[in-house]
Amino acid sequence: MYAQMVKSEAADDSAEAQAFQARIDAGDKIEPKDWMPAGYRKTLIRQIGQHAHSEIVGQLPEGNWVTRAPTLERKAILLAKVQDEAGHGLYLYCAAETLGVSRDELTEMLLDGRMKYSSIFNYPTLTWADMGAVGWLVDGAAIMNQVPLQRTSYGPYSRAMIRICKEESFHQRQGYDIMMKMAGGTEAQKKMAQDALNRFWYPSLMMFGPSDKDSVHSTQSMAWKIKMNTNDELRQKFVDQTVPQAEYLGLTVPDPDLTWNEEKGGYDFSEPDWSEFYDVLKGNGPCNTERLADRNKAWDDGKWVRDGLLAHAEKRAARKVAAE
Amino acid sequence: MSAPNSAYPDTPGTPERPQRHEWPLWEVFIRGQHGMSHRHVGSLHAPDAEMAIKNARDVYTRRNEGVSIWVVEAAHIAASSPSEKGPLYEPSESKVYRHPTFFDIPDDVGAM
Repeated sequence: MYAQMVKSEAADDSAEAQAFQARIDAGDKIEPKDWMPAGYRKTLIRQIGQHAHSEIVGQLPEGNWVTRAPTLERKAILLAKVQDEAGHGLYLYCAAETLGVSRDELTEMLLDGRMKYSSIFNYPTLTWADMGAVGWLVDGAAIMNQVPLQRTSYGPYSRAMIRICKEESFHQRQGYDIMMKMAGGTEAQKKMAQDALNRFWYPSLMMFGPSDKDSVHSTQSMAWKIKMNTNDELRQKFVDQTVPQAEYLGLTVPDPDLTWNEEKGGYDFSEPDWSEFYDVLKGNGPCNTERLADRNKAWDDGKWVRDGLLAHAEKRAARKVAAE
Repeated sequence: MSAPNSAYPDTPGTPERPQRHEWPLWEVFIRGQHGMSHRHVGSLHAPDAEMAIKNARDVYTRRNEGVSIWVVEAAHIAASSPSEKGPLYEPSESKVYRHPTFFDIPDDVGAM
């Protein structure tokens, strides 16, 4: 899940808010100029913004391997995937902007740490097999969360999710394709694939966030239909889907307690280390400092381009007015 | 009917949130290959129309989605107001005879 621990604002109980909830219960889509409770607006800006930031920062761990991909074809595929992530960030930023927040404002909140991005992108990508594990597991976990969000109550968010989901399946399949190649390769390659699974398994489970079955924030977000499932539901679904895929690869999920539970029709599995999760969120993951420094540098280095293009556009517009 | 206004909620600058000097927002419309009309696909920021079309190519047509792109500055779009939904569309709601299914044509007549 790309948005984690999004704090939900409380609903108010005004007549408008009740009518608004009735619209959502009836399956109406809420559009930018419709009346909405301040809490709904604020929570959505937080959630969509964090999701957009995750797409943008998510380019960094993969961009790391573009110049070192093993073949030209793999390089072209990875480049296309990273470009998609930028596109996904842009779809989401424009959905957030319909709520009355500006693009630069969102960017600044990411750069100075007021807004977060998903914990998963604070882990390093050490080998080529990590490109496989990221596509297979990280994009796989993201899809789990994004597919139901296509039905979210906020129109622009739902439309962005529909576009993203259409493209996301390519991401997961290219990841699994890399894993198949590595797992079916030499002993050293297979070991590399297993090592990538070992390192990305628990951080992928963390992507869904800690259990929220008793959380008031979660209950409110679900009533507003900006969250469609509990974190535990999605995590369970992810594990059930992924374990057979790992078996097909001949790789071992790094969880000695993983067992099939016939009664519930799903796997029993170990929880990730939540203290590690909170630590990464606080900024102490292996790559937090590097990721934010890279984003800040890109923003600062790009200033002359943004300013220059704007100055050029203004000059041309002025010349056109003068000519008329 | 009040004057048409922008497609977005108004967000004037405030002392805490100054209006920023950023590239304007453009709405993007794409026409696909199968003779359909241009369809709104989303928005993006660009300094001018030329760059907006180039950016739209990169953001919205990475998989052959279109053969023609329109861009228009979001500030230039006039939009109806949601509060007028009722009065604006009421006239068409009461005219069921505008739909072909209003008329019963006997099966003997054949397809019509």
